[in-house]
Amino acid sequence: MNEIILTPKEQPSVPLELLNVNPDTVAGKSIDEIRQIKIAHGNTEVELSEFFNVKGESSENPSEIRIVIDGDVYNTKRIGYGMQSGEILVKGNASMYVGTEMKGGKIVVEGNVGSWAGRDMEGGELIIMGNAGDYVGSAYRGDWRGMSGGKITVHGNAGNEIGEYMLGGKIEVKGNATTLAGIHMNGGVLVIHGDATTRVGGEMMNGTIIVKGRIDEFLPGFKYHGIEKNIEIDGEVIDSSFYKFEGDFAVKGCGGIVYANASKNGHIVP
Amino acid sequence: MEYIIKNGNVFDPANNINGEKIDICISNGKIVEAVKDSAKVIDASNKIVMPGGVDLHTHIAGGKVNLGRLLRPEDSKDFYESKVGNKRSGSGFSVPSTFMTGYQYARMGYTTAMEAAMPPIMAKHTHEEFLDTPLLDKGAYDLLGNNWFVMEYLKEGNLDECAAFVAWLIRVTKGYAIKIVNPGGTEAWGWGGNVQGINDPVPYFDITGAEIIKGLGKVNEMIGLPHSIHLHCNDLGQPGNYETTLKSFDLLKNIEANPKYGERDTSLHATHVQFHSYGGTSWRDFESEAPAIADYVNKNDHIVIDVGQVTLDETTTMTADGPMEYDLHKLTGFKWANVDIELETGSGVVPFIYSPKSPVSGVQWAIGMELFLLTNDVNKVVLTTDHPNAGPFIRYPTVIAWLLSNKYRTDLIENSLHPWVQKKTSVATIDREYSLYEIAQTTRSAAAKVLGLSETKGHLGVGADADIAIYSFDPETQDPSTEYHAIEEAFARAKYVFKDGEIIVKDGEVVKPEGYGRTFWIDSQYDSELENKVVEDVKIKFKKYYSINFDSYRVHDEYIRKSSPIKLS
Ligand SMILES: [Zn+2]
Repeated sequence: MNEIILTPKEQPSVPLELLNVNPDTVAGKSIDEIRQIKIAHGNTEVELSEFFNVKGESSENPSEIRIVIDGDVYNTKRIGYGMQSGEILVKGNASMYVGTEMKGGKIVVEGNVGSWAGRDMEGGELIIMGNAGDYVGSAYRGDWRGMSGGKITVHGNAGNEIGEYMLGGKIEVKGNATTLAGIHMNGGVLVIHGDATTRVGGEMMNGTIIVKGRIDEFLPGFKYHGIEKNIEIDGEVIDSSFYKFEGDFAVKGCGGIVYANASKNGHIVP
Repeated sequence: MEYIIKNGNVFDPANNINGEKIDICISNGKIVEAVKDSAKVIDASNKIVMPGGVDLHTHIAGGKVNLGRLLRPEDSKDFYESKVGNKRSGSGFSVPSTFMTGYQYARMGYTTAMEAAMPPIMAKHTHEEFLDTPLLDKGAYDLLGNNWFVMEYLKEGNLDECAAFVAWLIRVTKGYAIKIVNPGGTEAWGWGGNVQGINDPVPYFDITGAEIIKGLGKVNEMIGLPHSIHLHCNDLGQPGNYETTLKSFDLLKNIEANPKYGERDTSLHATHVQFHSYGGTSWRDFESEAPAIADYVNKNDHIVIDVGQVTLDETTTMTADGPMEYDLHKLTGFKWANVDIELETGSGVVPFIYSPKSPVSGVQWAIGMELFLLTNDVNKVVLTTDHPNAGPFIRYPTVIAWLLSNKYRTDLIENSLHPWVQKKTSVATIDREYSLYEIAQTTRSAAAKVLGLSETKGHLGVGADADIAIYSFDPETQDPSTEYHAIEEAFARAKYVFKDGEIIVKDGEVVKPEGYGRTFWIDSQYDSELENKVVEDVKIKFKKYYSINFDSYRVHDEYIRKSSPIKLS
């Protein structure tokens, strides 16, 4: 791996957007050329070097490039936008839209991220060591065709409406998720290791949601199918007992599945 | 500024000019006999010259268009343009923002576009959006086919009162024509239902679609409006609806055109007829009845149709046909917005995907093509996509290329479309190709004539507004039948577009974005005494039922930038 190191100078109050700084777009460019890549700063364009010190070594082959953002970029959006190969490592926080429309490669963010991480993701891997905001792995606002592939892992907590209109791929949240996880979900797998406050799987059509913690308040549109042990999802066996639900019957033709940990969810079983 | 457009191949059907090399002189925004030597010369050699395009049925401004924008942020995701100089930014593939709407029409050489559905109570909203729609001349049709006053007057047989009311309403809302959408059906939708066919009585009002259509058809000619009634028939989009369509057409057969302005000689404009030419009894045995419809149009002289051609895109449907949109929502499962518009009408919005692989979408595409190709006289068939219902208006160049090239159509039918297209329609057996002259008819002269605007629009004779499109395609050396991609590209990005004698587009780009066109509206009064009486009735109902005050109904002059009233005496 050749590393290109972007050291943030100072995060401006008007956000930056790194739309076009990923291994695919920097491949074959010299460090000097990378410094001159135009990035969005509000409604103006600036060179990358205005807000980042750039060093390291590029490569012709994007899959041999790791871009390291060596610091906190809490006001920088769209890191890894549309990325197809290679790696991006953010050694701090990042703002909204990390890994949006990602197709391949790998992104690791060591801190927290804003909303819309992995929005419309098609492939690759997105790992967030801290917390994520709302709409992790969701569809574009208004669209009914969301994340179709790849894997997102959030080691901390996630916000509202994660996996919205998800079609495929996998989202794993190690911490808790808040309202309407898996809303309108239509495929794929969503695993929440912690608690999921309310309305898990609202209007879901298809796909599978596993909640290992507690669901505070469940929706009435789900049919209870009894207890299932050692469930197998994506070739992986999860060895606990789960209440199995099917729904959401608020929508016609639904066939979504919600598994809720039996040891914590007695209150939602009919 | 004076211009002379030299050496172009001019297609001006209203003046019987078919590709001949004629110089066009422009002075003071008008086409004139001659210009001074100092006139700027535009070299149009090896190019097509046509009048500016006229779209007589589109949805570009007002309540439901804006509802479409609100409902579909994703429509703007990948389709936008940025601000360049004075040109504004904009976004939206099927429901573009107002400024971009003006720019996009202009780039294609279209200079007039009529908003086909204005609820009277939303007239201010419609005109406010017109205020921000640059470059185009425009107008809006008042929705009247489900209006309580209209239904009551017609029920009681008070045609004179109805005419006085309609003339007043069109005047105060600064509207252009009488639009009828699913007559009676949208009111029935207010009661949770719909009407089937033209003889199904509307709840409470106890009047049928047939009575509304015929009544308003008569009222239209009593007032003498430049345009005929503009009819969206009952049963839109339902298999087997062609019978309702033919019966509706026949209602106007014996009503004589009586415009007090313009040269219209027909009493019915039937719109987006593609959606109304369906045979079969369900989506399973759905088939084309376009040949029967085209045959009717060929044999009768009281009717002009526009097609509503499906363009095979993901788009947004929007109409005052509330129950139809609900059915579409149930059919597709796609999101849906619905609005009840008080005593006047309703509306619904649902996204839709016309997929080439879908059997139904393919047949719909074919039905549109059949209507174009089986109607003998192109003066009777106007090109529309019922933007954005069957597809966005930016696809007009593609529709034009399909009409010009049998090869283009055959490639599509054989390689992209579902086999139903060949089984359930006759499109594959039709090898007719439109000429460029006929393209100029279906996109210009025919539309201008039926609108009553043919004095100044849709032609290039002396006295016409200098709205002119020049396209980079040489009809003497290039054949659109084989070079269909070249003609498609030429019509998508005009070489030059003149609006009122000024160059607004050059090389496919808007070069003068800050201009605004006229708003046409009809300034008429049927009978002043009767009008006073009618308005007293209206005021009482306003107090009782309307959510706004009577005095807030009127569209004031401030709502129009460049007012172009047509005064009927
Ligand atoms: Zn329409």
